[in-house]
Amino acid sequence: MALLEISDLRTEIQLKEGVVHAVDGVTLHVDEGETLGVVGESGCGKTMTALTIMQLLPNGGRIAGGSIKLAGREITTLKPDEMRKVRGDDIAMIFQDPLSSLNPTHTVGAQISEAVLLHRDVTKKEAYDRAVEVLDLVGMPRAKERVEEYPHQFSGGMRQRVMIAMALACEPKLLIADEPTTALDVTIQKQILELIDDLRRRLGMAVIMVTHDLGVIAGRADRVAVMYAGKVVETTDTSALYENPRHPYTEALFHALPEKSAETRERLYSIPGAPPDLVNPPQGCRFAPRCRYATDKCRTEAPELNGETSAHTYRCFFPVGAKEKTVQGQLTVIEPIAAPEPDALVDQHVGDVVLEARDLVKDFPVTSGLMRRKIGTVSAVAGVSFDIRKGETLGLVGESGCGKTTIGRMLVGLDKPTSGSVLFGGKDLARSSGREYRHERRDIQYMFQDSYASLDPRMRAGTILREPLVVQGMGSRREQHAKITEMLGKVGLPASWTERYPHEFSGGQRQRLGFARALLLDPQVIVADEPVSALDVSVQAQVLNMMRDLQRELGLTYLFISHDLSVVRYLSNHIGVMYLGKLVEIGTADEVYLRPAHPYTKGLIESAPTADPELERAKVHEGIVGELPSAIHPPTGCRFRTRCPIAQEICSTVEPELKPYGVGNHFAACHFALQPPAEVAASSATEQVS
Amino acid sequence: MSEAQAIAATEAELGLTPSDKPRGMFIRAWEVFAENKLGLAGLAFVIFILLFCFVGPHLYVTNQVNTDLTNYLCHPSGQHLLGCDDLGYDEIGRLMVGGQTSLEVGLAAAVVSVVFGTLYGAISGFAGGITDAIMMRVVDAGLSLPYLMVLIILSVIFHPTVTTIIFIIAIFYWFGVARLVRGETIALRNREYVQAVKVIGGRPLRAVIRHIVPNAIGTIIVQGTFAVADAILTLSVLGFLTLGVAPPATDWGSMLSSGLNYIQGGNYWWLIYPPGICIILTCISFNFIGDALRDAFETRLQRR
Repeated sequence: MALLEISDLRTEIQLKEGVVHAVDGVTLHVDEGETLGVVGESGCGKTMTALTIMQLLPNGGRIAGGSIKLAGREITTLKPDEMRKVRGDDIAMIFQDPLSSLNPTHTVGAQISEAVLLHRDVTKKEAYDRAVEVLDLVGMPRAKERVEEYPHQFSGGMRQRVMIAMALACEPKLLIADEPTTALDVTIQKQILELIDDLRRRLGMAVIMVTHDLGVIAGRADRVAVMYAGKVVETTDTSALYENPRHPYTEALFHALPEKSAETRERLYSIPGAPPDLVNPPQGCRFAPRCRYATDKCRTEAPELNGETSAHTYRCFFPVGAKEKTVQGQLTVIEPIAAPEPDALVDQHVGDVVLEARDLVKDFPVTSGLMRRKIGTVSAVAGVSFDIRKGETLGLVGESGCGKTTIGRMLVGLDKPTSGSVLFGGKDLARSSGREYRHERRDIQYMFQDSYASLDPRMRAGTILREPLVVQGMGSRREQHAKITEMLGKVGLPASWTERYPHEFSGGQRQRLGFARALLLDPQVIVADEPVSALDVSVQAQVLNMMRDLQRELGLTYLFISHDLSVVRYLSNHIGVMYLGKLVEIGTADEVYLRPAHPYTKGLIESAPTADPELERAKVHEGIVGELPSAIHPPTGCRFRTRCPIAQEICSTVEPELKPYGVGNHFAACHFALQPPAEVAASSATEQVS
Repeated sequence: MSEAQAIAATEAELGLTPSDKPRGMFIRAWEVFAENKLGLAGLAFVIFILLFCFVGPHLYVTNQVNTDLTNYLCHPSGQHLLGCDDLGYDEIGRLMVGGQTSLEVGLAAAVVSVVFGTLYGAISGFAGGITDAIMMRVVDAGLSLPYLMVLIILSVIFHPTVTTIIFIIAIFYWFGVARLVRGETIALRNREYVQAVKVIGGRPLRAVIRHIVPNAIGTIIVQGTFAVADAILTLSVLGFLTLGVAPPATDWGSMLSSGLNYIQGGNYWWLIYPPGICIILTCISFNFIGDALRDAFETRLQRR
């Protein structure tokens, strides 16, 4: 029996510019105890659907039609105070950002028991006991003590556990999780997803999991609804959807995933354009303007949601993939997007070492009190060495707080290393200063993570792009203009857009603009710090393709920093894995990814969700337990030992050194590496490849 | 693939429609400004009062140099539309002359204090550390002085001309501006676009002038318009204490002060209300303009 039945739901938001049809005829159902995944790019109405169910619409929002039935009871027509009883009691919701969802001035215990007091006829004491109970349920260590603490005393993952505890305090029948793990590291993400899944089973709840990440729901959702432009465009069982997507949009989302092309390193497919403006949605099929199979019919007539069987429905006249009956044992025929370029990065010619990091150390002082007395140091980077050869890409991965960003900042001179050196062309950059230093800056440029924050909001694109040239005194005004026009062409932006302000660009376009700025000084090395982490998959594919194309064209060298292993693997020749300020493993991309020697690397790879339901379901209870320890008092010996499944006594006393493993400059720092050292393994490693 | 084709292809990939040349920055800023009706009203009044004070005397000619005791406190009439004051000056003519002083002092003091305070605050905030600590203690010291007393002493020591009064007022006003801008700078200093200047090899001064100050412009403009209003009021206070500009020059505050001598002697309303209303409306207008300007300079609110 369906717990939640939504039919033809329409939500409108009244804005100054007009009415946004944020949810436009959505029909969904969620059965008791099942998980429904809702996926789509940002701006497709996923979150708005969730907020409509909760009736927590923003100002100007209203339900314009349709019905939502919760266990057979219509809830769209409830009065506000009746709806208040439903919220938190029957339906609960957890949000993306746990820090802004918790009140910083109350203890978490007070906030959880508030939810209980509102819905249950209990005393304060009982409510508080319930808070401890649910905190315990969500796996909070020492729940009895921690219930007295304030939100800022918890880590991101623990805060999300508190949010889940609050949502579960009244044992709702339905839990709506809106991007519950987007702000978290993969290792913590895995823990939280497992927790939600486990609680669903134990409490018999239904879960609606809203996400942009096809990997997150692959192993957890029973059914998936793909949303586009306020409509559900495809819905079916998870395995059917992943094996045989019928709607071109779903298919395109899969093709844009870098993990699919990680081994072949083909150009990624990117969906052209952006989701339509929901004030004036296009006639006909809403995906038609971006669809590679669209015909005139698609542009004039709107397809209905149906399919060959009622279990798999889609909104398309010309579905892709295989017919339902033939799906057994036969893979979908995916025609190649562009001519596959036989572009094995590994074989690509790489030159001499351009950039060397030698024993880089960065400590940040921790101060306290009025006099700013130093009470300790945060060991952000603790002795990291690597080198990058001309024309190659070194990918740096690790959880947040592992020091990868600090390394990037030291390379471009935003932070000065406490000790150690950055050698560029054999010259120590960290030592030179003043005029000469500013001049040398141009050879190593930085691409910021948040393109919006890194572009001055009050400057036009043209002024932003001219600034590096003016600062370095390169060329006359006319030459500068010509160079900017040329560069805009290279990154694929119209030259006339120099008059625009950063906020008039979309996320992907801004990232192109940031890249153009970095390229204008003809640098040799680009340090890119999470350049695609804020982008949707389709746009991410565009930016990654652009970076690859320009690397080949201009012979650039990249240091690519990311928390996303699949992106790093797709783009890099070499991968360096960092943990708590240490480089724990480094080697060629395939070596590190396919034959990790360090247990941390293995754990990271296993934690990263892949868009493959079978693989995802298969890996139960793997990954990394616990959270990153404080860098103020890093563990002695091997820093990873506190979370390591195979740690022994020697790990807490002797710090392991980087030793060679496998083939081709593969190093790892572990006493009990997952493969025998290089000398022994040299012959057997080649066999493993096949 | 030629360059043009490549661009066209990517434009198609990004789903762009070929863009037309956008309009100028000031036109777009003006559109935002014009949406604020109070700002428009303020602007209209300020233009009116500027014309009144600086063009008015050429159209409505009165003798503002020699006293004429035959017109002592004469009532409004066809000859003197708002009557005369205790020295026989025509009240409307007096408002024009007094308004010149008030507006000149107000605008000039605001510009001097805001420009200096902004640079001081931005440099202090950007430099940080010991420099910041020393620079800010100077401001703290300045702000802790009882400004009215010092103002009175200064205007006794220096012969009160328009120029000296501008500087006396500006000296006290910039402390507040500096403190506000410093706070804003510290918030902006760690923004990535300010750090980006360092990556491209720019000097710190460039970061301050090209990035921090323009982004603090909202705060600065609002503070600037407050400064105009405050300076006009401060001048009024000095005038009220008979420490303003020396006769026969005058300002609205001095007029108010001399009018108050007759407040109990009879119904001499034309000595009090006109300068009082001028002061109030001018100050409010500048504040409205400040609000509207802040929005106008917010690029995100502009339409293309």
